[in-house]
Amino acid sequence: MTPSTTDPTTVLPQVRPALPAAGTDRLFLAGSHAGHAQHLAAYGPLDTGTVGPEFTTVVEASGLSGRGGAAFASWRKLAATAGSGNAGLLARRPVVIANGAEGEPLSLKDRTLLIHAPHLVLDGLLVAARAVQASQAYVYTTAENLASVQSAVTERRDARHVRLAEATDAFISGEASAAVNSISGGPALPLDKRRRLSDTGLKGRPTLVLNVETLAHLGLLARYGAGWFRSAGSVRDPGTRLVTVTGHGPEQVLEVAGDASLHGILGSAGISPEELSAVLIGGYHGRWVRPLDYHLSPSGPSHAVVRPGAGVIYTLHPEQCGLAATAQITEYLAVQSAGQCGPCMFGLPAMADVLNRLAYGERNPRLVRELERLAKMVSGRGACHHPDGTIQLVSSALETFSQDVKAHLAGRCTRTTGGAR
Amino acid sequence: MHQDNRGSAVNGSLHIDWTKCDGRGLCTELLPNLLVRDDWGYPIPRRAQAGSGSRGEVAISPNNEEAAREAVSLCPKLALSLRYPRERF
Repeated sequence: MTPSTTDPTTVLPQVRPALPAAGTDRLFLAGSHAGHAQHLAAYGPLDTGTVGPEFTTVVEASGLSGRGGAAFASWRKLAATAGSGNAGLLARRPVVIANGAEGEPLSLKDRTLLIHAPHLVLDGLLVAARAVQASQAYVYTTAENLASVQSAVTERRDARHVRLAEATDAFISGEASAAVNSISGGPALPLDKRRRLSDTGLKGRPTLVLNVETLAHLGLLARYGAGWFRSAGSVRDPGTRLVTVTGHGPEQVLEVAGDASLHGILGSAGISPEELSAVLIGGYHGRWVRPLDYHLSPSGPSHAVVRPGAGVIYTLHPEQCGLAATAQITEYLAVQSAGQCGPCMFGLPAMADVLNRLAYGERNPRLVRELERLAKMVSGRGACHHPDGTIQLVSSALETFSQDVKAHLAGRCTRTTGGAR
Repeated sequence: MHQDNRGSAVNGSLHIDWTKCDGRGLCTELLPNLLVRDDWGYPIPRRAQAGSGSRGEVAISPNNEEAAREAVSLCPKLALSLRYPRERF
């Protein structure tokens, strides 16, 4: 895109900037470390002041889903927050939080976005704030990204009221209620879900927490509309998404079409599926699959589709033992339990222990049944998704590495490093 | 009290705040038909509230409502509360 040299006084306010070319390159068109001038040159101006509650219908038409992990329909969050902001005798103006905590250890996409395209995130934050009539807007991210966001905020007049909040570098600090708790001065721990954040969140105000990538897409939606948004991706997964490819080979962040094929993504990353034994998709709460040609989409049959979660694609080299890798991740997740909810605090270490025994040579055929028993006991019993996400990881490992389980119980490992002796 | 909810008490549920629960076990003694204890003493619902997707919402019937109220008021960690569908939104 080249910047327009038209005299601004002759430009009609309703005229939209030229649409970016069709394709999946959307979020980084302004280049590396884009300042406000490069941002405007690439995407054209956006008058956030003209955005109102009707923007929610644009978001609904776009089919945008959250890019932080849960893939919840973004318009529903906007509508719920706006609704409770207007309801009741003591109507309270909502708060919008840009969530850039990125607690997933393997994920780099939110950091990449905040470093290179902070203005797109700010656009989305301001647009979302207008749509729900919010009186406060925050960017919540780890210390390493704050400088980039701060300099973007000071570059523009319309973002002066945006406040920055530092997130601790912990797995669960990005959980929505943990973000709210942290910004209000408490620890970054999840809250009990008796009340919804959209009803009562930060200081009792209706609170909208959206991932920074989700907001960046909102910034584009406000400019180019739902039809343009849907020109990439599929009906069930429109738009584009960022993924972090990591593990075997250098780590990289790619923007891919919604519903992209796993083989296509790996190909773009320069990895051939034949070199891999398995792929973990979504993040540490994700799902292990064989490197078959699944599609990444929040919805669809599980034999053909894997949910993209936070966009992490962790590739496992054939010489690595999937059981050992899962045991290591589960141990990490157990340590990262906030220790608030008993079933998670005790159940996750118990699961990690059994997995370690399975991965490192205990030939006890009851281990698998014990893992399944623990998973069944712990599931659905916590204030947040942490125990359930961990169970999903472990269950998918038992399924995908079932041959490895048999080999381990027979006293050998099918891989050359790690695993049974 | 939920005077206007007498007819729909069947749809009420007992909410367990896992961040407060310490596994003291009082609720499992008062509501043996609804709750059992896990390996560490924390309550497990025998049956979760349909459609809630969480095992922190325990469906209660009118028969159990009295005991459920008692559990709410006796829980030493104040981890329990009763919910009715209309309160959820």
